[in-house]
Amino acid sequence: MELIYEPWPWYISGPLIALTMFILLFLGKQFGMSSNLRTACSIGGAGKVSDFFKFDWKSQRWNLLVVLGAVIGGFIAANYLSNNEVKINEEVAQKLTSYGIESTGTAYLPTEIFSSESLTDPKILAVLIIGGFLVGFGARYAGGCTSGHAISGLSNLQLPSLIAVIGFFIGGLVMINFIYPLIFN
Amino acid sequence: MKSIVYIIVGVFFGILMYKSEAASWFRIYEMFEFGAFHMYGIIGSALFLGVIGTLLIKKFNIKALGGQDMQLKPKDKSFARYMFGGILFGLGWALAGACPGPMYVLVGSGYVSILLVIAGALLGTFVYGLVREKLPH
Repeated sequence: MELIYEPWPWYISGPLIALTMFILLFLGKQFGMSSNLRTACSIGGAGKVSDFFKFDWKSQRWNLLVVLGAVIGGFIAANYLSNNEVKINEEVAQKLTSYGIESTGTAYLPTEIFSSESLTDPKILAVLIIGGFLVGFGARYAGGCTSGHAISGLSNLQLPSLIAVIGFFIGGLVMINFIYPLIFN
Repeated sequence: MKSIVYIIVGVFFGILMYKSEAASWFRIYEMFEFGAFHMYGIIGSALFLGVIGTLLIKKFNIKALGGQDMQLKPKDKSFARYMFGGILFGLGWALAGACPGPMYVLVGSGYVSILLVIAGALLGTFVYGLVREKLPH
């Protein structure tokens, strides 16, 4: 029974992501998670201040249902299918320890950043909100995120998606190599 | 009826993101440190099958349910928006340790703090809509 709590290996997970994309294609849709953020802005009335949010958001209802499902899936997985501990490379874990993140191997997300107690730390609040802001802004500027570009776009051999994914990695590498040492010193 | 199908796809995707640990901050950090093959294996094997499947769909002109064309439109040609947008996204992905799909999943997993990340992402999307005209695309 322990097996059920084990993480899924990459050779199971990757093909299942491809399957998810093909199921959505078969249903006449496109695999893309960040467009829901735009839809949410439209529902919230952002069309009043920018034409970017004036579109028929009801045509995106299907994608909001996928989000609803993903939330339910996250609940099921965390509560019934996982011991919520992520083991990573030992050297990487030690580097995190030097940044003051010591929950590696004992939690799914670092408690130093994601526990409710950490919300009293202004620095952590900034990390969460600015991180989210960059994801939202960047995804719309680039016209897609990991699902839209790295999976769907590259599967369709789109050069723009390759440029975007190279950008994702430039940004990610700059963040962990140059900005992390400033934040978590 | 069709609503149920999308919810089921979402539940499947949510469990998949969580169980593959692609929704874990630790795995994203480890990926950017090139500390393990795990994330590259996930993206690589998804792409391997994705490319083959997409080529087959085009070669045999396979239609979506109901006979409509599959959504495989080529993306607009440009450099600036993909590179600059991509870099900003990557900075955020590594800082928050989550991209949009996993953000929703983690709400269900009970991480209250992720709501702040989502609030930030909504704000970022909104601000993009405001300043879009002024940016190079």
